[in-house]
Amino acid sequence: MAVHTSQSVAKAAGDDVARGRSRGTGNPPPPSRFRRALSVHWYAWTMVAPVVLVIGVIIGYPLVRGIWLSMTDANERNVARSIGVNEMPATYEFVGLDNYADALTGTQFLGTLGWTLVWTVSCVTITFCLGMALANILNRRIAGRSAYRMALILPWAIPGFVSVFAWRFLYNENNGLLNKILGGAGIDGIPWLNDPTWAKFSVIAVNVWLGVPFMMVALLGGLQSIPSEQYEAAEMDGATAWQRFRHVTLPGLRPVSTTVVLLSTIWTFNMFPVIFLLTRGGPGEATQILVTQAYKFSFEISPRDFAQSSTWGVLILVLLMLFAMVYRRVLRTQGDNW
Amino acid sequence: MRRGITATALVATLALAATACGSDDESGGSKSSGELSGTVTWWDTSNVGSEDKVFKKIAEGFEKKHPKVDVKYVNVPFGEAQNKFKNAAQAGSGAPDVIRSEVAWTPEFADLGYLAPLDGTTALKDQDDFLKQAAASTKYKGKTYAVPQVIDSMGIFYNKKMFADAGVEPPAKIADLKTVAKKIKDKTGKSGLYLRGDDSYYFLSFLYGEGGDLVDADAKTVTVDNAEGVKAFGVVKDLVDSGAAKTDATDGWENMMQSFKNGDVAMMINGPWAVADTLTGKEFTDKANLGISTVPAGSAAQGAPQGGHNLGVYAGSKNIDASYAFVEYMTSVEAQAQTAGELNLLPTRTSAYSKKEAVDSEIVQFFKPVVETAVERPWIPETGSLFAPLNVEYTKVLTGQTTPEKAAKATGDSYRKLLKGWK
Repeated sequence: MAVHTSQSVAKAAGDDVARGRSRGTGNPPPPSRFRRALSVHWYAWTMVAPVVLVIGVIIGYPLVRGIWLSMTDANERNVARSIGVNEMPATYEFVGLDNYADALTGTQFLGTLGWTLVWTVSCVTITFCLGMALANILNRRIAGRSAYRMALILPWAIPGFVSVFAWRFLYNENNGLLNKILGGAGIDGIPWLNDPTWAKFSVIAVNVWLGVPFMMVALLGGLQSIPSEQYEAAEMDGATAWQRFRHVTLPGLRPVSTTVVLLSTIWTFNMFPVIFLLTRGGPGEATQILVTQAYKFSFEISPRDFAQSSTWGVLILVLLMLFAMVYRRVLRTQGDNW
Repeated sequence: MRRGITATALVATLALAATACGSDDESGGSKSSGELSGTVTWWDTSNVGSEDKVFKKIAEGFEKKHPKVDVKYVNVPFGEAQNKFKNAAQAGSGAPDVIRSEVAWTPEFADLGYLAPLDGTTALKDQDDFLKQAAASTKYKGKTYAVPQVIDSMGIFYNKKMFADAGVEPPAKIADLKTVAKKIKDKTGKSGLYLRGDDSYYFLSFLYGEGGDLVDADAKTVTVDNAEGVKAFGVVKDLVDSGAAKTDATDGWENMMQSFKNGDVAMMINGPWAVADTLTGKEFTDKANLGISTVPAGSAAQGAPQGGHNLGVYAGSKNIDASYAFVEYMTSVEAQAQTAGELNLLPTRTSAYSKKEAVDSEIVQFFKPVVETAVERPWIPETGSLFAPLNVEYTKVLTGQTTPEKAAKATGDSYRKLLKGWK
């Protein structure tokens, strides 16, 4: 209660100040915007301060530091280290945008970006289509519906790394279950993770398997929020099943599906564990996506190249922000309000 | 009043969060009254399931000699240890006191300032007793940064029973390797050789066989992309393409050991570190079934890399005196004789070779001359960095993603980026 009253008092006081200034009655110079905001909303500021502080520490600082490192030539050998008696000061230098120029003109970044896009688009498309199909099936009243729903959510319930390792065992060329089954049917074993093309197929398959539950649950929720009157009306007008799906279900799902596609794109674009645990980017570098390559620069090669790694990190951030902006703009022009 | 409480709670929460971030220091050891105490954490990289038990047992034996010292044995997978140690060492927290460092990592760790110099400490004892080849990798810029623990090289491991069934002898040359593999395939239906495709260390003997090398440190020249290097890439590609060798781009170690232990392949190229694990396989319940021979010669030469492991002390160790003593203990003649006897690993001390355990081990006796003539790599800080770029290209060649020429060139290019100013 106390909080409520104090807030309304503060608001009233703020209004007074504003009115005073608009009238322009030669009073002492009006306090600056900042001070006024402070005096009016200090309580709100105090309340959000911890959050701002925490976000500043756990997001802001690494972000700023990452951007800074990407404009230097920092690596393992020239960053500051203090180990026992050995005290080594930092000797890396500012190199401006050289790292970005190197990344964007070299073949490695663009090549990796190409596969990352193929990976993202195919994963999101397949996951969305499968999720949509399953959601529609499970939206009907079929026998054992809840059992099916449970089973389909299972991939989601298992920790990611456990299921990825399970898949890795399945894919093993000599001892894996998949090749044993194929062998039983008289088909030659497939080099799931040893052939570059099959490896690409394999990682996409695992990611789809992992991603379908989320899509399905989100779309199922969307389906259930579509009023059944709309279907009844469409049926009265003689709409076929396909027309009902096309003109009632799809537009009804629009708010949900745009959100899940955006989320799923961002997640898949940066889906580190699947690639890293399944193939480590191999064979060679056939399945390396941008994040796993950035990780490799920073943690796997030696000397560990912090500058290049953060350059790639910043580029990933820029790409995703651009994507989100374009996506939102397109949706807005089509009449969505978010 | 209510507001006051909230504000206080807020401040309290913040203070709490701030203190929670503070680190809790590990209890450092003290040397008061001359007795060692405290905790010594050791990161071992030996193979889990076979070697680790013995090393753990030996390491914990240190506690009997120094009852106040607590030895914490941690097994870190060999493939991850280099980066894991570098991350922890640089962050200044979570690094062990003692690290089992592969020979090529040692100069790199020393160069980065992560290892404590050991000259004049209790860690080094009877320095002249160490094999010269073993001691070479522990020196960097005139100081000693580690103590050699084991030394090794590579040879061909073969399944004697399968060889007898196929009526073949261990191949001396790569050309023989192909005919032997073909005979084995014809007679037993099994593959001839398992060639690890995800770790280019297993490529070195082929590179040396064609007369090539990764780099020539004396002339400051990158040599992996010369004609011999290209030829060596061609040789391994041909082995896989012709079906003489089986390979994998992932899980190479597990697949290699499984196939060899189960008798799915007749040969593998490997070193003493694989012996203990191999002998747990069903094909080798009779230990005599395991045959070992020198790596096959290429068109120009015959050679296998000299490898091994050293023990280094982390420069930031909180318990450095006990760590020195632990390193000395782990590299003593007794410890080396025990690992030679139980694990067939090669000692780095000359005097350990005259111990009964080493004399009785056929494998130690086989590898001793091999190690003496093995190819020594240049012990520069970058030696440990040469495998990452080579791994990528090596796997690409074996999986048909690139040609030997392009692979050699790409590897050479990345080496020149790494080694500034080299030809």
